[in-house]
Amino acid sequence: MTGFFKRLPEAVVRVGIVFLLFITTVSFARWMIPASLKNGREHRTATVKRETAKAIHYAGADACTECHKEINAVKTEGYHRNLSCETCHGAAKNHAEDPDVKAVTDKVREACTRCHMYDPSRPTGFPQINPVVHNPRKQCVECHKPHSPKPPHVPQECQACHGQIARTKEVSPHVDLPCTTCHTVDVQHKVSPREVRAQIPSDRSFCAKCHSIDSPVKETQKVDIKTHGEKYLCWQCHYPHEPELHSYGTKTLP
Amino acid sequence: MERRRFLKKSLTLLAEAGVLGGIATAAKTARAEPKGYDPSKHRYGMGIQIDKCIGCGKCVEACKEENNVPRDVAHFRTWVERYVIEQDGGVVVERVDPGSSGSHEPIPNENTVRTFFVPKLCNQCDNPPCVQVCPVGATFKTEDGVILVDADRCIGCRYCIQACPYGARYLNPLTDTADKCTFCYHRITKGLLPACVEVCPTQARIFGDIDSPASPLARFRRMNKLHVLKPSLNTEPKVQYADLDGEVR
Repeated sequence: MTGFFKRLPEAVVRVGIVFLLFITTVSFARWMIPASLKNGREHRTATVKRETAKAIHYAGADACTECHKEINAVKTEGYHRNLSCETCHGAAKNHAEDPDVKAVTDKVREACTRCHMYDPSRPTGFPQINPVVHNPRKQCVECHKPHSPKPPHVPQECQACHGQIARTKEVSPHVDLPCTTCHTVDVQHKVSPREVRAQIPSDRSFCAKCHSIDSPVKETQKVDIKTHGEKYLCWQCHYPHEPELHSYGTKTLP
Repeated sequence: MERRRFLKKSLTLLAEAGVLGGIATAAKTARAEPKGYDPSKHRYGMGIQIDKCIGCGKCVEACKEENNVPRDVAHFRTWVERYVIEQDGGVVVERVDPGSSGSHEPIPNENTVRTFFVPKLCNQCDNPPCVQVCPVGATFKTEDGVILVDADRCIGCRYCIQACPYGARYLNPLTDTADKCTFCYHRITKGLLPACVEVCPTQARIFGDIDSPASPLARFRRMNKLHVLKPSLNTEPKVQYADLDGEVR
């Protein structure tokens, strides 16, 4: 064999080496380097393919309702109608594929207070409670059904219609005042609410009954009603159902 | 005779190779995209209604679960910020940590004017700065308008992380490559909603086709006054906000 190479002219060997090098380079470029690295379009297609092939963990609400029709029927009637099942039950693709793998939520207060604990940054009117004072030793599910949560007592009187105001008032310093403290309501208001309106106070002297410095009512924030706020009505600056947060305490403002 | 046989054999071989190659290419193109999905028919966008966000952080959690994002607090594809606007004009922004929700209480003091939550994620810009700066072309815009990262090509130089004006990218410590929100590309191409939209309890996030006249997003865009983040940068975000406070950056 070696004899054969020795007998070859040197030029042929050189050409042979160059040829071999060429073949190796070409084949490396052609077959060893993945196509996705050579060509922009190819690498994008490959990435899109890889992204689309990723595993799904959240099955989606439609997958749940396929089997759980009854629960869904209950849910669509209640306040949680717009919630996806997996919001509370967690990712359930495994459960959708194999019903033996259970998708359950711990029936603990934290599961509910995650959304329903009072937080000042939450939008006004979103139902919130203070877990420290709201039946601290009970589980939420003892009174509220999570699939169709309702207050355990049907809202009555004013809050049946004015739920948002009632909930806002619940976290304000005015929580203990019944609506009728400030509003005079004709019985006809319940029958034709738009024709017969509830009355609101007409002037500053009404708020002054509790908030003026010479008011006998204790534990309210006091101001000098003659100089405070000039010509404006109190509720032009202070929303009475949720007076400003800095109004806690009883110190006198200028 | 010899030559004829040789020619015959090589011709059959060639023909066979051609057929095999054809099948292989056909199989390749067939596997490239999920059946019946045409990216050129979509242009995805998201709408976020600030007044609905309750800051529960379910979206952040769902995103991490769906996309295998590291569970620690430093890595996230989407996040929720709490804004506190103060009397003296100051603005305090802090990221809400989903794990500790229920205990976060910087209860507003007498200096607080207003406070609210802002969910944030990759804006899937139509004019993306991150794509412009990538030195190896690893990040790109798909036909349906989503910005993706090719983890095979990314060299982890963090240029894009720096370039993103919204801070939407992070370096995945497992792969050492840049990672970001993909609108859950593997879900939306199969007709599912992104995980964050799926779990949002108050529908603060709306997802859909920007150009489609019948998507929930179309209704969102019709009913609200819309803003985008940092419009002066001309990034043309496809994530739009309703009820956005002027202080949000």
